[in-house]
Parts: sequence; structure tokens; C-alpha cells
Amino acid sequence: MARPRPRITRDPNIEFIDDKSGPRYVHFGARFKEVMLPRGTRVIYPNKAMEPLQNPRAAIKYALNHPIEADPLYAQLRPGMKLTIAIDDISLPLPPMQRPDLREMILTEILELCAQHGVDDIEIIIAVCLHRHMTGPEVRRMVGDKIFREYWPDRLYNHDAEDLDNIVEIATTKEGDRVRLNRRAVESDLLVYVNINLVPMDGGHKSVTVGLCDYISVSAHHNTHVMHKCHSYMDPRPDKSELSKVVDRMGKEVDKQLNVFHIETALNNRMFGGQMSYLLKHENDWSEFDRAKFQASCALLDRLPEAGRRAVFEKIYAPYGLIAVHAGKTEPVHQKILDASFKQYAVPVKGQADVLLAGVPFISPYNVNSILNPLLVQVMVLGYLFNFYRNAPLVKKDGVIIAFHPLPEDFNRTHHPSYVEFYHRILSHSTNSYDIHKFEKEFAHNPDYIQMYRHGNAYHGVHPFYMWYWGDAGRAHVGKVIVCGAENPRVAKQLGWESAPDLNTALDMARSYLGKSQPEITMSHAPPIMVTDVEV
Amino acid sequence: MAAAAFYDVDGTLIGTNVVHAYAFYARNVPTFAGKLTRSAKLAASLPFYAVADKLGRKYFNDIFYANYKGISEDRLWVLGEELFDKVIRKRVFGDMVALIKRSRDEGYRQVLITGAIEQMIRPLAEYLEIDDWFANTLEFDAGYATGRLTPPVLAGPEKAAFVRRYALDHGLDLNVCRAYADSASDIPMLSTVGRPVAVNPDWNLRATAVAHDWPIIEAA
Repeated sequence: MARPRPRITRDPNIEFIDDKSGPRYVHFGARFKEVMLPRGTRVIYPNKAMEPLQNPRAAIKYALNHPIEADPLYAQLRPGMKLTIAIDDISLPLPPMQRPDLREMILTEILELCAQHGVDDIEIIIAVCLHRHMTGPEVRRMVGDKIFREYWPDRLYNHDAEDLDNIVEIATTKEGDRVRLNRRAVESDLLVYVNINLVPMDGGHKSVTVGLCDYISVSAHHNTHVMHKCHSYMDPRPDKSELSKVVDRMGKEVDKQLNVFHIETALNNRMFGGQMSYLLKHENDWSEFDRAKFQASCALLDRLPEAGRRAVFEKIYAPYGLIAVHAGKTEPVHQKILDASFKQYAVPVKGQADVLLAGVPFISPYNVNSILNPLLVQVMVLGYLFNFYRNAPLVKKDGVIIAFHPLPEDFNRTHHPSYVEFYHRILSHSTNSYDIHKFEKEFAHNPDYIQMYRHGNAYHGVHPFYMWYWGDAGRAHVGKVIVCGAENPRVAKQLGWESAPDLNTALDMARSYLGKSQPEITMSHAPPIMVTDVEV
Repeated sequence: MAAAAFYDVDGTLIGTNVVHAYAFYARNVPTFAGKLTRSAKLAASLPFYAVADKLGRKYFNDIFYANYKGISEDRLWVLGEELFDKVIRKRVFGDMVALIKRSRDEGYRQVLITGAIEQMIRPLAEYLEIDDWFANTLEFDAGYATGRLTPPVLAGPEKAAFVRRYALDHGLDLNVCRAYADSASDIPMLSTVGRPVAVNPDWNLRATAVAHDWPIIEAA
């Protein structure tokens, strides 16, 4: 196989494949694949990781003491007050970061301030919304041993969206969206939210309004109508994302009624570290040693069973660095964090592609320590990879996405029990969200799934519907999705997709579908995450 | 179309079983000698019951219910109430009580179907506000238990047949009916409905549930 040649282009984000180009690697679930791309293919690379703040603890302290449009945190603390701290769950960041987790660092600072100001009625709520409840060891890893020992499980716990006695309806927007939140958060004198922003969709009003709400509130925005009106989930401007628009108007009601102190953070994109850090480099810049490590990784992963491969990746923690932290009022804080986020993630690109190639990695927000089942592969391709853009999608209307993933028909029954029924029963009925949403309430109110959500570690029964709706905008835009390397073509078919054993076959299928012998092909070399600013 | 949720009881809704129930009866025999005899006999028989249960629930029932021979019917009803108040009430799984409430709110008929005897089940069914309950019935002769169960004995496949008959009689759609059980002996019943759920399953049922993608609930 031809070796990559030294890079000569000056653009660090874009490379065009020519006759002398070497193979590119793609994520292939919990494996990697090397693919030879056709001549002329445009490969888009993420930005290099921004330098992290030198002293994150000092930056956190500064943010707490110099908040935006709010009194400093210490000035809001008084003995006898009721304080609730809500934190993002295990879905952020991806993969989980090396210890100390950012949440531990921020919580440590907050709790120290509380101790200094005589605040002892403190509860910490993990804002899981309808995500699965985190296990004790997962929480311990996230908040650190000291806080875990002191607070878990009585004063540090998962939000329970189905504990209806502890859900309070605080407002209804003029559009009729019901804002219902965790009682403890509502009845506190101060609610502090500790956020980690990995993609621009996170944070802002979404943190409290979604993280601490129930099914009725989520239904206001997680539905087919809203999803179809989204231009890009990652472009949070109200005219671009209907999702952001609805969440924002509900969040404004929250801010009217609750005293919320937001702490938002932005991370750089250093997803891999140590012996895996070569994965962040351009292939042309790999040393001989990097290449040897890559080949060894491929050989090992190819030989392991799927569970073994997952176990390997689950042990890899990201050395993310903090690039910004701000505190204070929801909206101005979020804007500052968005600016920092886009500085890290935004990649300017000229022109859309007929065919978009993308590897699907082993992890999504919904399968940390779990299996990336077919529905989650679907949401990764059409919900996330497709939506990582501003201005215009990277792939043209009715274009083709070729996704690399083995697509095994495998589910984690503890975490995703309702996904199994959705996949087999509902998708056999239809893949059109407007047809299948009539089954939503049946899943949402299924007492078995509610039990498994509340007292087990299962995603809420309705969650697979959201995963499907999440793919709606992508499904409406893209003409065809072809899964390259799918082990079982029936799985791709169940998702409404096609499959191909190799890239050449997939490209032939794409050419035939598009009626073009020389389609414009672009490969998104993610992860790490990037958001393409596409100029049409 | 209407639907129902069928529940096994021992190990599914409550953390006791028929042996615990009989131990309570044995302890409450009026005479000291009777108390001692029945309790000692029960203790000595436990290994045999374990083996019998492995061979099949029918064998177990044939051997186990012989213990009740000679107990009067009215006393069994009284002891049934006491058993519920003193033993069962505190061992009812709170998670399952919440689940039954949600299931009822969804419009499902709530049905208990158990191999335990009716004297033990009636107070529980009333407590849980169950629509219908079906338990085994002891045979009585002149007001005293003979130690045999009145056929058909509810166990294993018979429970499955019962669920099918019940669905037919009540115009239920079995595809949307639910069934909850903890033991592999109830796999026939679970297989009868469209939505089977394993609750605190034994290893055999757990393996079956995993193989067939049935939800598994760990209830407490």
C-alpha cells in the first residue's frame, strides 16, 4: 500500500487526494479502517487542539468571583439557605475525561465557598433528564472520591423525571409549552448549574430546562414537528434551530422564576492522549512509530471479540483541556462559551459535496460504557455527523452519505431495553417519524420501562423515539445512506439504509444513484469533533 | 382491544414464597407439640422440596401441600390474614406496587396468577386492588385440609393455559398483554403474552430473557 507523502498544502484543514496520496484512516465502530480514497476527494480535518488554560482552578475561581450580569457566587451564599447544584451527566464529554473531571474541580470550588459561608443544605443533582441513571462508580469517577463519600446517595443523586411527586410545573409559555422541573431545584434559594460544553448544542437554557425536566416538558421540543424545522442542531441561532428556539423560550420562563447561576465551560478537542495521540494528527505527519502503533492497534482490535474491543475503548479517557469558563446569567454566559466553542470547532469550507464519507466512532452521548446499537449508529450519522455544520450542510440536498460502521445487531438490554422493541417492532412498521410517533406515548408510559429507568440504569422508554426524530432533518435532506462494512445488510435495511461490503462498491452505488460518474466526494475526518462552516 | 397484566406472586411481587407461608402456619399451630412437629418436619423436608422444585413445580406441589393436611379451613383463612399483616405486607416490593398503579392507569386489568393457596393471596390482592386473582385451592374434607390441591393446579404450563383462557373469556389481545414472573417455571406463561417481563429472575429465566430480549426488572 502506498505510503502517505509529506503534506504540501498550506490549508491545515483541507487536503485533496491525488495519485500519490496514501490511505486515510476512519473510525469503524470500535475498530479502525484504512481506506484508499478516489483521486480528487476532499478530506476535511478538525482544527488542532487549542492550548488549554494554564491554571484551570484559578480560572474557575475567577469565573465564580467575576460572573457576567450576576452577583458573585460568594455574595449569594448565606447560612440557612437551600442550595441545589445540578451537573451534566455522563453523556458529556465524550469519551469521559481523565481525572479530575471538570465537574469535580468546579464542585470542589463551590463546596469550599459554601463551607466558608455556612451553607450546609446542599444537594447535588445529576441532570440526566430521560437519560439513564448513572451508577455509583460512574458518579464517583465524575465528582471525585471526597465529594462522593460525603454526598452520595442522599445528597448527590440522579434526577428522576418519573418521580411525579417531585416534579413541579412552574410556567407555561404563550405557545403552550409546559415548563416542569425538579421540585428540589425549584424550591431552592439558589440553583447552580455546572455545565460542560462539548458541542454548540449543549449548555445555555438547555441545561436546566431540559436536564431537570420530565417527559411532558421534553415533548415540547423533542418531537417530529420541531426536528423537521431545524436547519442545524449545532447552529443555535433561533432562525436556524427550532429546537434552540423552543428551549430558549422555556428557559426564559425558568430564569424568570428561579435564581439560576450558570457555570459553563468549553473544552478543547484533545480527544486522545498518550499512546493514542497520533490519532489527532494528519496521517501525513505520522512518524514511523505512529504508523507502527496504528497497525498494531488495528491488528489487536481486529482480533478481539466485540466486547473486548469495547472494553479497550472504555478504558481510554480523554485528556481534554479547559479553554474557557464563565459564570453568571444564562444567556450572556452561554454566548461567551459558544464563541470559545466555535473557535475550537469551526472549520471554514467552500462548497457542498455530492457524497459525504464519515467514520462512525465507538461512542455517542448515549452509550458511554455501553453498546452503540443500530439506532445509535443512526443518530450518530443523521443526528450528529450530518448536523455538524453551520450555514449549509456539508452534503448537498439528496446527496449520499457513506458511513463506515460494522452495524452489529447488538443492544445493551440494561441500558436500552425499549430500543430493542422500537428497533424490531416499530421500525418494522415504518421508518417515517410521522407514522411512528403515534406509538410514542405507549413507550413513554410503559410501566416496565419506567421501572427500569427509575430503579435500574435504563434510558427512558421514549428515548429511542427521540433518537429517531433526531435523525429526521438529516433523513429529509439526504437522498441515501450507505453503510460501508455492515456485517448484516438486514440491519441497514431495517434503518432504511443500504449497505456495501467495501468503499468501491459503496461509491459505485452512490454514482449510480446520483447519475454522476464523477461526483464531488468529501470525507469528514472526524472525530475529533468539528463544525463545518460551509460557504455555498 | 382490552389487555391485562398477569403477575406471578412469590418472588415477583413479594419477597417470600410458599415455604415461608407454611412456616408461618406451622409456627401458629395451637398446640406446642403440633407447632414443634410441623416446624421440625418442615425444616427436615427443605432439601427434598428443593430437589422436587428442580424436577418440576407439579412434583413440588404434590409433596409440599401434604403439609397442610389436618388444618381447618376457617383457621387457614384467619392465619392468611395474619400472615399478610405480620409477614407479607412488609415484603411487598414497593417498585412493583408503583408498577401496578401505572399499569392500571394505562387501562390494563390487573390479574394475579399464582401457585400459592388462596388463603394467602386474598389479603394481598385486596391490598393491591387487583381486579382478578387466581390461586391454588386446597381440598377440604369436613372442613379440614386433605393435603391435596384441587385440580387444575396452577403451575408451569397450566398457568399459560389459564392466561390463554382468561384472555379468550375477557376478549383480551394477548399481543399487548403483559406478564411478570421471577422463575423459569413461569416461562410458559411469559411466552404466552406479547410483553413478558422477568422480575428478579433466577439464572435460568435471566438467560431466557436475555436471549429473547425480554425486559428484566430488578424490583425491591
